[in-house]
Amino acid sequence: MNPRRRQRLIIIVVLVALAGIAIGLTLYSLRANMNLFYSPTRISAGEASVGRSLRAGGVVRDDSVQRDQQTLDVTFTVTDFEEDVPVHYRGILPDLFREGQGVVIVGTLDERGWIEASEVLAKHDENYMPPEVDGALKAAEARRATPSDTAAVAERRTSGTP
Amino acid sequence: MLIQILPEIGLYAMMLALAMALVQAVVPLAGSLARRPLWMSYAAPMAWGQALFLLTAFVCLALGFLFNDFSVAYIASNANSQLPWYYRLSAVWGGHEGSVLLWSMMMAFWGLAVSVFSRNLPRDMLARVLAVLGMINAGFLIFILATSSPFERILPVPPSDGADLNPLLQDPGLIVHPPMLYMGYVGFSVAFAFALAALMGGRLDAAWTRWARPWTNLAWAFLSVGIALGSWWAYYELGWGGWWFWDPVENASLMPWLAGTALMHSLAVTEKRGGFKSWTVLLAIVTFSLSLLGTFLVRSGVLTSVHAFANDPSRGTFILILLGLTVGASLTLYAFRAPRVKSPLGFGWCSRDAMLLFNNILLLVMMVTVLLGTLYPLILDSLDLGKISVGPPYFNTLIVPLTVALGLFMGAGPVTRWKQMAPRELIKRLWLSAMVALMVALTMPWLYDGAWSLSVTLGLLVAAWIVVPLVREPLVLIRRFGLRGPGKLSRSHYGMVLGHIGMAMTIVGVTMVSNYDHADNVRMRPGHSVEVGGYRFTMTQLNEVHGPNYLADRATVRVTQGDRLMAMLHPEKRFFDTQRQAMTETALDHGLTRDLYVAMGEPLDDGESWAMRIQVKPFVRWLWLGALLMAAGGILAVCDRRYRHRSRTRQMMEARP
Repeated sequence: MNPRRRQRLIIIVVLVALAGIAIGLTLYSLRANMNLFYSPTRISAGEASVGRSLRAGGVVRDDSVQRDQQTLDVTFTVTDFEEDVPVHYRGILPDLFREGQGVVIVGTLDERGWIEASEVLAKHDENYMPPEVDGALKAAEARRATPSDTAAVAERRTSGTP
Repeated sequence: MLIQILPEIGLYAMMLALAMALVQAVVPLAGSLARRPLWMSYAAPMAWGQALFLLTAFVCLALGFLFNDFSVAYIASNANSQLPWYYRLSAVWGGHEGSVLLWSMMMAFWGLAVSVFSRNLPRDMLARVLAVLGMINAGFLIFILATSSPFERILPVPPSDGADLNPLLQDPGLIVHPPMLYMGYVGFSVAFAFALAALMGGRLDAAWTRWARPWTNLAWAFLSVGIALGSWWAYYELGWGGWWFWDPVENASLMPWLAGTALMHSLAVTEKRGGFKSWTVLLAIVTFSLSLLGTFLVRSGVLTSVHAFANDPSRGTFILILLGLTVGASLTLYAFRAPRVKSPLGFGWCSRDAMLLFNNILLLVMMVTVLLGTLYPLILDSLDLGKISVGPPYFNTLIVPLTVALGLFMGAGPVTRWKQMAPRELIKRLWLSAMVALMVALTMPWLYDGAWSLSVTLGLLVAAWIVVPLVREPLVLIRRFGLRGPGKLSRSHYGMVLGHIGMAMTIVGVTMVSNYDHADNVRMRPGHSVEVGGYRFTMTQLNEVHGPNYLADRATVRVTQGDRLMAMLHPEKRFFDTQRQAMTETALDHGLTRDLYVAMGEPLDDGESWAMRIQVKPFVRWLWLGALLMAAGGILAVCDRRYRHRSRTRQMMEARP
């Protein structure tokens, strides 16, 4: 084999090896760090596994936010208007966190069915509904929608999304 | 009277600009194929006209904002008569419509700059470059006119006042962040246009790289500053004290930066040694495509991110088509033309060429990593396989080791010779630097913290390893020529030095702030004090303050270390009336070695206590200073005499009959 060809072969082998390692590592850490999104209905149905990091989202139920008097602990309920999931968080909530607002929560589910939140995200634009939450709400509506209450659904659909 | 019809003038100006962009896209290209100088000479005037009319449109929009013309929908939804004038001006690019207009205007100005500073290019080359730029801007202008015109009116009953600019965007950092970022994004279109023009002409020699290099460096410098500003803004404005969130939108700007960095280095090889030719062309295409992808991600509303606002899906489709056309057409051209060129020169494994090759591979692997992490959730979602998000740990576990590897080559590269070098000689040149770097890395954690830490040592080792070998070149020259020696190195060499030092600074910043920061969320009321990271924070007062368009709660926090007063900080929680939105205004005491950071969270139920976020962030400034230094390096390299000198000789040659 002439030197030029050998050099080229080495280049290709090294490239393939590097690419292989890179892809392997990437896929591994993608799998390890993926957070699946669950709606409150799916969590209540037991689809989310306890102890694994997940994302959940919904609308913060009115009058559900409770602050501890001494610490920064706070609890609230997120809902897709079908099922509720209680959330516990310690720390400072974002500026746009409000009752009736769509939020996304990153955290883990414990045995009691509470979400222990490590992060609460509320978005900048008050008309903005996080796409996941919007999808979850629409899915819940669709399940609820029977001919008798389509009017209510239509009404919510116009008011709930931008 | 004139003021009332400003929006219409702006709209017509935009249409004229589109017409000119279309002419610029078609006629010069046809001219270069048919070899008609007259047709080719259409390119430059069209570029000037386009810049002029887009500037007109932009000024019309800006004047609309200044005069509070709320009959224009875009102005009504992004400004308010109470808003201070400078924020009304920056509100021009505070929303979607205005920022795409800014994008397009910058595109036109890059075209203008190319037509002015590249007059000594061969005529057909210039015609092709400008034609490609014309095509891109024509596509963008059609996009603006079809889906997002900023001049749409609300008639016959305009609102009496506007909805106000999003409070988060009412900030000096935001006045400059988007323009810088767009300058970078758009600037890569020039390198892209040069690459395509070279492909079309079949003239893939080193010449096009020499012309494209300064433009690439400039665009890259702008992008670096833009990213740094964005990170800095997120740091002090979002109130979390984080400086990088691996948010899809941040990733969208990081990807072109990584590819652009690879492009700069690969251009160097192609210009100096004639190697990597087709690779460089491919990188130019990839870099600009990633810029477009970034625009798509940010502007289409497909993302859950801090930048995602309620948006119109038809826009996303349009940009996606534009992206598809650009990538498809350029890769097709590449597929047909690129295999013809062969890089004739071989090089050894221990050579600067090889070092730059590794650097390119690593940068691209990083880029692909980020790309995968960003697009994977979107792809899964669009295939209905579930909604997922990829968290920061994914990016950190991959990017950190890759950066360390990149640092290894960054240290060795600049002292390596082109083409071939005996490994023993390279070791001879580097061992001392390696020792010094190791010493620094091992001792600094002890001196700073009194304890040894593996991750800090590793980070500092990489940083020192990048910087120390750079000293060698000037030293050798001093030894040979005395004090005048270092002056013999070119500006582009010092640009490289500056850029690498900047990278090292950023690495130091990242290492220190990730390992030594202290953060605490506490409950505070006046008179209460807490200790964080060796500093004592005492809340002394709590008042109410009235701003121009908001009402704020303001705390006064005294920071002491031992008996010394370090700072008086005034964090605020502002409530914006028009938008009924609360905003955290953090208070910072910044220093070269540490930032003190206080943000007000929320009022607690007892009425006088607040949840506060208190942080001490060592060396966090280095992160952004490093990025500025990198940008300065890029600009210094553009100023290299070589580029001007070459053009002068060319002029002389052309002047000779």
